Amino acid sequence: MNGIHDLGGMHGFGPVVREENEPVFHADWERRIFGMALLAGQTLGNLDEMRHTIERMPPDRYLASTYYERWLYSLETRLIEKRRLTRDELEAAQQRLRDGTAVSDALSRVEQTRSDAETVGPSARPGDSHADVSRRHSIQRPRFKVGSGVIARNINPEGHTRLPRYARGRRGVIRHDWGVFVFPDTNAHGRGPSPQHCYNVEFRGRELWGIDHPANERIFIDLWEDYLELDRAVLPDSTARIAVKKTPVPKRVSAAMKKSSTQAKMKGAPAKSRPKSPQTRAKAAPARNRKMAAQSRKRR
Amino acid sequence: MSSNDHDDGHGHHAHNAPETGPALRVKALEAVLVEKGLVDPARLDTLIDTYEHKVGPHNGARIVARAWIDPAYKKRLLTEATAAIAEMGYGGPQGEYMTVLENTPRVHNMVVCTLCSCYPWPVLGLPPVWYKSFAYRSRAVSDPRGVLHELGLEIPAEVEVRVWDSSADMRYLVLPMRPPGTENLGEPELAELVTRDSMIGTAVVEYPPRKPPPVAKPAA
Repeated sequence: MNGIHDLGGMHGFGPVVREENEPVFHADWERRIFGMALLAGQTLGNLDEMRHTIERMPPDRYLASTYYERWLYSLETRLIEKRRLTRDELEAAQQRLRDGTAVSDALSRVEQTRSDAETVGPSARPGDSHADVSRRHSIQRPRFKVGSGVIARNINPEGHTRLPRYARGRRGVIRHDWGVFVFPDTNAHGRGPSPQHCYNVEFRGRELWGIDHPANERIFIDLWEDYLELDRAVLPDSTARIAVKKTPVPKRVSAAMKKSSTQAKMKGAPAKSRPKSPQTRAKAAPARNRKMAAQSRKRR
Repeated sequence: MSSNDHDDGHGHHAHNAPETGPALRVKALEAVLVEKGLVDPARLDTLIDTYEHKVGPHNGARIVARAWIDPAYKKRLLTEATAAIAEMGYGGPQGEYMTVLENTPRVHNMVVCTLCSCYPWPVLGLPPVWYKSFAYRSRAVSDPRGVLHELGLEIPAEVEVRVWDSSADMRYLVLPMRPPGTENLGEPELAELVTRDSMIGTAVVEYPPRKPPPVAKPAA
């Protein structure tokens, strides 16, 4: 969803301020909600659902809440939505505490059992389902190769997505194939894991933020296959830069480039010089990428 | 601008009396969850203790120090990070898939999560407030040099800045440059120099280590 959580590229939040000697938690309730969200959270569904619950917070409330207040909101909301407890039960418990009347049985049990140490493996966490599915489907064939030019699709789903707005419609290059992972967009909504390859995609700062941006900044984003389409029209400029410098150019093209070196520096060749069939380009791409990889190894 | 007040986890709410605000809501929630058997208080305490006292940037610092003195380990760390980190005994939630990014005189890497707060827990512990702040999440990708400047780090114009937005399951650890003058230090001494922020990419490792800035006191 195009929510308030999708902050990349926004202005107005002021400078970044570091707190010296920062404690892990700033209040006892932060400790408790952190632990409860992990323990109870794993019985309530997957990590994608949890993230989406936070994203569904009304934007004004999201902005006015501290980090662990958002966790609290998320856990309360999910417990109520999954019918593990009711709003009335929560409010009744709050009222008992406010009144200072009899601490509930449960709270006294909390105090009693505090001393019981029971080892809890760090594996107790909702994200684990990711790992399982990843192993099961690890032989799935990738749609993109490392070095391929891609465009992040311009999609605006109302539900959960991990494609940040600032990347949509932008051109990048696949730098790594991380393997097969659960797809958050379906997994957050009970529509199954839709396992698919997830890639690390490099975007030039200028592609994302415009020509005034410093030239030597690059942003790397991990994007699932369904967020991407093959960039058939142009070579991404980072690829073009390397290709123009290092790849031996066939004579015919070389002569044309001498006429207009600016043309080669442009993002892509003009439409009429593109190969007619997209397949031609797709076939040529892997060979070009292998060459580039070899050259970049040499340069190191 | 109040974004840091909002996001710092110790704004006005935390200072309230325990019976109001989030403190009250959390206490009530815990009572109900325990009553219903949905949370085991002993497991809860153990989990909190693990992340408050056992897991933290000292884990990542050991990895960095070893990579500085052991070229074979460094190579494994840069190619098979998850396995190389597991060799040192670290792994688990938010560290199942790891990649290590090497800072060099030409390339400076830094890590952010613009959509939430993804962070490599097994090697760095839980993220600091500034990492989760709206200010960092919004501008780390669009103005990394400006953000680094605010955090006290100047990156020369000729150095390329690479920002890694942790938008999926991969978690990133920055391997900072070993500072000059540390040739005679052993692995434990080196590990003590390595800061949390140098492994996020918002600081560099300094030797001798920089003294913490004096705490600003209001004028009398």
